[in-house]
Amino acid sequence: MEHGSRFTVNGKAAGMAISAVERAALRDAVRDLMTRECTEQDVRRVMASGDDYDPGLWARLAGLGAAGMIIDPAYGGMGFGAAELEAVTEETGAALLPSPLISSGVLAAGLLGAAAPDVRERLLPGIADGTTIATVALTGPAGTWEPDGVAVEASADGALTGEAAYVTHGSGADVLLVVARAADGVGVYEIAPGTRGLTRTAEDVFDPTVPLARLAFDAAPARRIAGLGWPEVAGALDLALIALAGEQVGGARRIFEITVDYLKTRIQFGRQIGSFQALKHYAADLLLEVESATSAARHAAAEHAAGSAAAGGAVALAAFTCAEAFHTTAMYAIQMHGGIAFTWEHPAHLFLRRARSGRQMFGGSPQHRERYLTAKGA
Amino acid sequence: MTGTPTPEGLRTEVRAWLAENWTGPPAAGPARTEWLQKVLDAGYAVPTWPAAWFGRGYPKELADVIEAEFAAAGAPGAGQDKHNIPANTALAYGTERVKDEFIADVLTERKTSCLFYSEPGAGSDLAGVRTTAVRQGDHWVVNGQKVWTSGAATADFALLIARTDWDAPKHRGLSYFFVDMRQPGIEVRPIVQITGESHFNEVFITDAVVPAEYLLGEPGDGWRVLQTALAYERSIMGDGARRSRHGHGDDLVELARAHGRLGDPRLRDDLASVLALRELNALNNARAKASAEQGTSTPVMSLGKLAMARILHEEARLRTEIIGAEALLAGDANPEADDVNFLALNAFFTSIGGGTNQIQRNIIGERVLGLPRDVEADRGVPFREVRGN
Repeated sequence: MEHGSRFTVNGKAAGMAISAVERAALRDAVRDLMTRECTEQDVRRVMASGDDYDPGLWARLAGLGAAGMIIDPAYGGMGFGAAELEAVTEETGAALLPSPLISSGVLAAGLLGAAAPDVRERLLPGIADGTTIATVALTGPAGTWEPDGVAVEASADGALTGEAAYVTHGSGADVLLVVARAADGVGVYEIAPGTRGLTRTAEDVFDPTVPLARLAFDAAPARRIAGLGWPEVAGALDLALIALAGEQVGGARRIFEITVDYLKTRIQFGRQIGSFQALKHYAADLLLEVESATSAARHAAAEHAAGSAAAGGAVALAAFTCAEAFHTTAMYAIQMHGGIAFTWEHPAHLFLRRARSGRQMFGGSPQHRERYLTAKGA
Repeated sequence: MTGTPTPEGLRTEVRAWLAENWTGPPAAGPARTEWLQKVLDAGYAVPTWPAAWFGRGYPKELADVIEAEFAAAGAPGAGQDKHNIPANTALAYGTERVKDEFIADVLTERKTSCLFYSEPGAGSDLAGVRTTAVRQGDHWVVNGQKVWTSGAATADFALLIARTDWDAPKHRGLSYFFVDMRQPGIEVRPIVQITGESHFNEVFITDAVVPAEYLLGEPGDGWRVLQTALAYERSIMGDGARRSRHGHGDDLVELARAHGRLGDPRLRDDLASVLALRELNALNNARAKASAEQGTSTPVMSLGKLAMARILHEEARLRTEIIGAEALLAGDANPEADDVNFLALNAFFTSIGGGTNQIQRNIIGERVLGLPRDVEADRGVPFREVRGN
C-alpha cells in the first residue's frame, strides 16, 4: 500500500480506460485504508469531535487519487468515470466514512468539469489533491434539488440574495458554488467564504457523519461562472447520485453482514436465533434487497460511463432502489438485533442515520421514481 | 470419436451438420422423433456422456458450444445431458435394464415421464412421503397417493419416491423407482386449479407392480437419487412468467395508458416501483451470468425464484388496481378482466410451486447465508413414530 502517493493501476497512466480487474485494485486500496483508519471507533471520534471529517484520513484518501477520481488528468485528477466512482463509494459507504468526497470530489468537481478552461485550471487542481474543499449550494429550504427549489436570486451584477439549504460541508468549504436564479435562467456563481452579505450556519444534523449548512445571502457579491446552467448542475447531480448509490450499497451490505453474523452468534431459547424462521426469512428478503441495489448501482455507473442514452433512467432507478434498500436493511437490522441495537453504543443506528439522510439527499425516492417512469416513456 | 476438438473446430462441425440436416421446425409426432434420433446418433444429444451411452465424453465447455449452435438454429434435442431429468437419473443410478429400456427412448421422446414426488401429506416436507413400496420376490408392490403430477395422463412411466423402510428416520427410508404407467394399479385424475385450468393430476396407486431392476440406487438411497434429479429440475425451471391468455395487460404502461391512469401521481409512483422490480431482476441475472463467466459466484441465482414470485404478485396487484371495477368481470366477453384475474391467481404458481417462498427463504438462509437449520421434530426418529397428517 502506498501512502500519500497517487494511486496508479498496473502502471497505466491515469485517464486511460481501465478494466474490471484494475477497478477492483483501486477499490481494494480504498478498502484497505477504510479497514485501517475508518473503523467504527474512528467514525465515532469524528462524530464527537465536532469536525466535519478527519483531515489526516482525507489527505490519505486524496493521496490514493480518490478526491480527483473524476477530474481530468490535465488538472491533476485520475480521469476515471462513474464505474470507478461507484466501486470506491461502495467501500467508503460500508465504512460510513465522514468525508467531503461527494461534496467536493463529485458534485463540485462534476459541475466545474463543464466550466471554461480558466475556471477549471484555477479550481480543479486543489480539489483533485484534496487541499481545497468545494461544495455546491443548489437547493433552498424546499429541499427538492430541482430548479423550482432554488431560492437564491442573482442580480445582473452578480449580487446574491436568498437562502440555500442542506449544503453538504457548506460551513467549512473553501470554495462555494451557488446555484441561483438570474434574469436569463439558472446560473452558477462562485462566492468567497468571507464575503460580506454571506452568512453560513452549520445545522444541527440527524446524521452526524454528513454535515450540512444553511447559507443566507443578502446582496452578497459573487461572480458568475460562464457556461454553467441547470443542465450542468443536473449532470453533476447524476454523478453525485451514483456515488451516493454506491455508498448506500456498501452501507446496506455492511449492516446486513453484521446482522447475519449476529443471527449466528446470539443464543436464545438454547439455540442460535438465526435458526428461527421469523428471522431467517427476513434475512433472505434483505439479501434480495442488497443484491438488487448492488445491481442497480453498478448498472447506473456502467450506463453513465458508456454515455448511454438510457443513463438517466438507470441513475434514477439506482437512486430510489439503493436509498430504499439501505433504509429497509438498516431498519430491519435494528429490529432483528433487538434491544442491543436500540443502544447508542451499537453501530446499527449509525447505519440507519446514514440511510435516512441519504434517502432525502439530492431528491427523494418519489422524484427519482417519477424520473424513472418518464424515462420509460410513460 | 477420436480426440477432443477445439471449440472453434466443433462449432464449424455442428454448423455444417445443422446446415445439412436441419430444415425447420419438425412437427410433433414421428417427424420430431426422427429428428431427435438423428441428433442422438450424431452424438449431439448428450455430449458430456460416455460414448457407450450416446455421448462423446466432452467437457462442459464443448457441450455448451453444441447447445449454443442448436439454440441459434432453433433446433431441439441438444443439451439433454444438462436438462433431461429421467435420462440423467437413469444414467447415474439405473441398472443395465433401466439404461437399456429407457435412455434412448427418453432422449428421442419415444417415452415420456412424469414425477411421483409430492403427496397430499408431503408438500414442503417432501421427505415425509408415505407412499410405500414393499419387496415381493422379483418385484416391488406400491401403494399410496401422489399429487401435482403434470403429464400423468400421457406419460409412459413415472419417477417415484416411495418409503421402503418405516423404521429408518425420514430421509433414510426412501427409495427411488421408475414405474410403468400402463398398468391397472395407476389411476390418474386431473386437478382443476384456481385458474380453472388443469395442468396437474393426482394419482392413486393401488398394488402397482415395479420390477426389482427398476429400483435406482440401493434401497434407502432414494433421497440422494432424488437430489440429483431435483438439481436437473431446478436448472430447467424457467422464470415461470406466464403471459396472459388474451394478451391483455402484459405491458403495464400500456394498460395504464389505455385506462387513462398515467396522469395519476399515486399510480405513477406505484407503477415505477413495480416496473423496477422486473428490471432489477433482469440486472441481477445479468450480473450473475457475468460473474459465472468470470468464475466467481454471486448468490443472485438462488434469489431469482423468490424475486419472480414477488414480481408476478406485485404486477398482478397493480393491473387489478388499474382496471378497477372491471376486475369484477370474467370470461371471453371480458378479455382484459379475464387476463388480469388469471394473472393474479396464477402468480401463486410461482410463489408456491417448486418450493414455496417460505421454503425458498429457508434455502437461501441456510445455504447462501449459512444460518443454522431450524429444529425438526422428526430428525433421527424412526419414521413409523413421526406424526403425520
